[in-house]
Amino acid sequence: MFADLKAWSPELLTGIRLTVGMTFGSMAIALALGLALALGRISLNAWIRTPVIAFVELIRGSPLLLQLFYIYYVLPALGLRLTPIQAGLLGLGVNYAAYLSEVFRAGIAAVGSGQREASESLGMSPSQTMRHIILPQAWRIVIPPTGNYFISLFKDTALVSTISIAELMFQGQLIASDTFRYTEIYSIIFVIYVAISVPASAGVRWLERYFNRSGQRR
Amino acid sequence: MANIIEMTGLNKAFDAFQVLHDVNLSIAKGEVVVIIGASGSGKSTLIRCINGLEQLDSGAIEVDGLTLLPAAKGRRQASGALQDIRREVGMVFQQFNLFPHKTVLENVTLAPIKVRKWDQAKAETTARRLLERVGLVDHIQKYPSQLSGGQQQRVAIARSLAMEPRVMLFDEPTSALDPEMVGEVLEVMRGLAREGMTMVIVTHEMGFAREVADRVVYIDQGRILEVGTAAEIFDAPREERTKLFLSRVLKH
Ligand SMILES: Nc1ncnc2c1ncn2[C@@H]1O[C@H](COP(=O)(O)OP(=O)(O)OP(=O)(O)O)[C@@H](O)[C@H]1O
Ligand SMILES: [Mg+2]
Repeated sequence: MFADLKAWSPELLTGIRLTVGMTFGSMAIALALGLALALGRISLNAWIRTPVIAFVELIRGSPLLLQLFYIYYVLPALGLRLTPIQAGLLGLGVNYAAYLSEVFRAGIAAVGSGQREASESLGMSPSQTMRHIILPQAWRIVIPPTGNYFISLFKDTALVSTISIAELMFQGQLIASDTFRYTEIYSIIFVIYVAISVPASAGVRWLERYFNRSGQRR
Repeated sequence: MANIIEMTGLNKAFDAFQVLHDVNLSIAKGEVVVIIGASGSGKSTLIRCINGLEQLDSGAIEVDGLTLLPAAKGRRQASGALQDIRREVGMVFQQFNLFPHKTVLENVTLAPIKVRKWDQAKAETTARRLLERVGLVDHIQKYPSQLSGGQQQRVAIARSLAMEPRVMLFDEPTSALDPEMVGEVLEVMRGLAREGMTMVIVTHEMGFAREVADRVVYIDQGRILEVGTAAEIFDAPREERTKLFLSRVLKH
């Protein structure tokens, strides 16, 4: 098995790089879009709020795999042609944005209304209040669930192998179809995913403790 | 003397429940007005209308030449007008509502920097002077969670004063405090009153009310039932309900 590992390592390394890259890339999209969706959801303007709610429900109500296929195979028919990587980043990013928006919305709601009232009573605008008072406190609340979504996103990147992105899972399938050594290759892939996600989970828990320690909540 | 606050025909309901009924009240510049009344009578709602934390259903409030009107149905007050008023009106809450993620100094400098556009140096100088005055200049780098309730409330007062407000509103500023900390907060408020700050205070501290109030307002089920000097209200209330209320709160 170690000899196999050596022989397959160039492909596996390429796969790992793409998997990790897809994870960070789509997480960045998910964080930015998730925050925008969360703010849209709590908007007082129904013309913003209603479409956002509908969009989030649409995404959360359908399989990620279907969304990836839709972006990759259907959007070109509507005139939007994306490379596999672009489609994968968009699909994962949008899907996780929908879930994160709920996390962020709950985090914002968890900051007591007294904080908003105190800030606005000082003459701060609603957006200043959001930026300087609400979000910094909400951020601490949402770190643990966001971290968990990050780990789960890492594992879900395996799905983009279906739109021909040569990430870790895809490399495994290539090697398997070349060598028919299913047990060895898929065991190795198994170990690689776990070897990354378990320490990453530990890192999330550490972050959580770190922010709890320095989080000055009354 | 010119009035700095003018409330006319205020009505306010939460859903079907009418909380304020046709409230009229004028407050002169430099005046200290204490609002008393039973729990649920609408004291908080009234004081929160003054800086637009609650929206009026009808009537008008004029604060220092700026007017708050009921917002059009289902719409919130334009936030620009609200901000203009809030800049001039400080508010101190029962629960302090300090910003827990900011130090004492940052709590006090934030709004002057962001709203008044002061530079850091000016905001810090002012903050130090105010924190000195409330006796907390040694705690400038602490976080609110490291302070006692009385200290937190004094920071909250300094934070409001940093905006150089024309009016200060206090909604039961000592009700959440342990008894031994009430005095230190009242002392700060006493100082403000002496200096001529216009203050509207909701409190259950009747001794304090009698001492600092130019006028006492008794509110009963959302109506102003009686207004008078502290001596008039406490020593010779005219209304039966005022007498009843006072006999109940003064007993203990
Ligand atoms: N946001 C709200 N939604 C619905 N009802 C409310 C709301 N705020 C206050 N009320 C109701 O309005 C009435 C007046 O409340 P308010 O807080 O002004 O009373 P208060 O005189 O300040 O009482 P307390 O001494 O207990 O603070 C109460 O019956 C209260 O339940
Ligand atoms: Mg109240």
